[in-house]
Amino acid sequence: MADLNPINWWRRFLALPNDNLTKTLGFAFLVAFTASIFVSVAAVTLKPLHLQNLERERQARMAAMVAALPGMADILAEAGTDGLEVRIVELASGTFARGIDAESFDQRAAALDPAQSTKIPGEADVAGLKQRANFAPVYILRRDGVPALVVLPVRGVGYQSMLYAYLALKADGNTVAGLTFYEHGETPGIGARIQDPDWQALWPGKELADDAGNILISVVRGKAVGPFEVDAISGATRTGSGVSNMLRFWLGEHGFGPFLKRLRAGEL
Amino acid sequence: MKASLGYLIDPLIKGNPITFHILGICSALAVTTSLVTALTMSGALTIVLVLSNVTISAIRNHIPDSIRLIVQITIIASLVIVIDLFLQAFAPETSKRLSIFVALIVTNCLVLARAETFARQKPVWPSLLDGLGNGLGYSMILLIVGSIRELFGTGNLLGYSVLPLVENGGWFQPLRLMLLAPSAFFIIGFLVWIIRSWRPEQIEEPEFKILTPDGATRP
Repeated sequence: MADLNPINWWRRFLALPNDNLTKTLGFAFLVAFTASIFVSVAAVTLKPLHLQNLERERQARMAAMVAALPGMADILAEAGTDGLEVRIVELASGTFARGIDAESFDQRAAALDPAQSTKIPGEADVAGLKQRANFAPVYILRRDGVPALVVLPVRGVGYQSMLYAYLALKADGNTVAGLTFYEHGETPGIGARIQDPDWQALWPGKELADDAGNILISVVRGKAVGPFEVDAISGATRTGSGVSNMLRFWLGEHGFGPFLKRLRAGEL
Repeated sequence: MKASLGYLIDPLIKGNPITFHILGICSALAVTTSLVTALTMSGALTIVLVLSNVTISAIRNHIPDSIRLIVQITIIASLVIVIDLFLQAFAPETSKRLSIFVALIVTNCLVLARAETFARQKPVWPSLLDGLGNGLGYSMILLIVGSIRELFGTGNLLGYSVLPLVENGGWFQPLRLMLLAPSAFFIIGFLVWIIRSWRPEQIEEPEFKILTPDGATRP
């Protein structure tokens, strides 16, 4: 009759010599298993706090970007901190969607829900997103009822992570007023410098598309010339092209293209 | 009792991990631009060191020799990930300023050195004290370097103004060099010099000697 008592098994396992193959393999497995449980428990338990911090970071970056724009601080001061009007846009038509609560709309969750998202055709998917939500929030700051500033949430694949940013455009829908990244996982000291104020300061005043509507804005190596180019960060080539692709996608017809067309036509 | 106190006190000056063993220099340079980051890093490293020493010492009799380094690194790495997660959750700003250096505690030679040379051979209690002692020794140097760099680099300590700056109508012109990595090298170098002048037994034998023509060695 074989001994089925696990305590005896455990004793026999511990009694094996340390250079025994079974003991080595078993020990390696046990250490790896315990360590992974330990790390997983910590990660899952702390996740709500991490999400809270990310949300705070997102709001702080948005507020800092808008406050730093010349002239915008005055409008904000007049209109109060709620001066930014949040609207939900149906991306395909560029019109404001009715019946969706802007406060509770979760673009990230919607992008993962097949019922609320659209697959992006392969050749158009330059930002590497695979699918995007049908609706997106936009933030509009009005002066005398006319949009003075539009902030668009954008995201795209960088070198090793998803980059999340806010792109602020002036009323013409073509001039960048600011670009700020609020979440990413790029290499510290290299790609992560997309969050540096110095680099983000290169963006205001740049233009997105030429008169014919071709989207030309890009991050270039070497010296940036003209209104459509921004200096890349040395060593972060792929993060830079990720940023270019992200903008190209979100300004194009599968992103905010239709919405921006309406903005330029003065229909908002 | 006296022996166990020795485990705790020896690494402070006599066997200080930074000034005597010259271990963990990379992080000591990187995180000492301000006292807050130095404090956080010291805390994180001390906790990791104590826990890794205790864990490794507790299972020391069963670690197969052939995979002992892997086992030690696995334990240290899991501890570091958990500490990093805690920092990200409860101190997101400091965690951002420390960037990758908390994660790099895994590769901090100091932690592995204590596991390999001490905890693997000694019982749990001395290992705990040894980890704590080495952590405190490391922290002490970090705090000294961090205070000097923040005080003379920005005129502040823990963010509070100590020396009134010229730009605010005071007299102190901040030394920007203090915020750059070389200054930490200088300060650590001076500390090593001071400690070794006070305790000459720490001075190592030179690896090479200059021979005079008659074959005698010059001091």
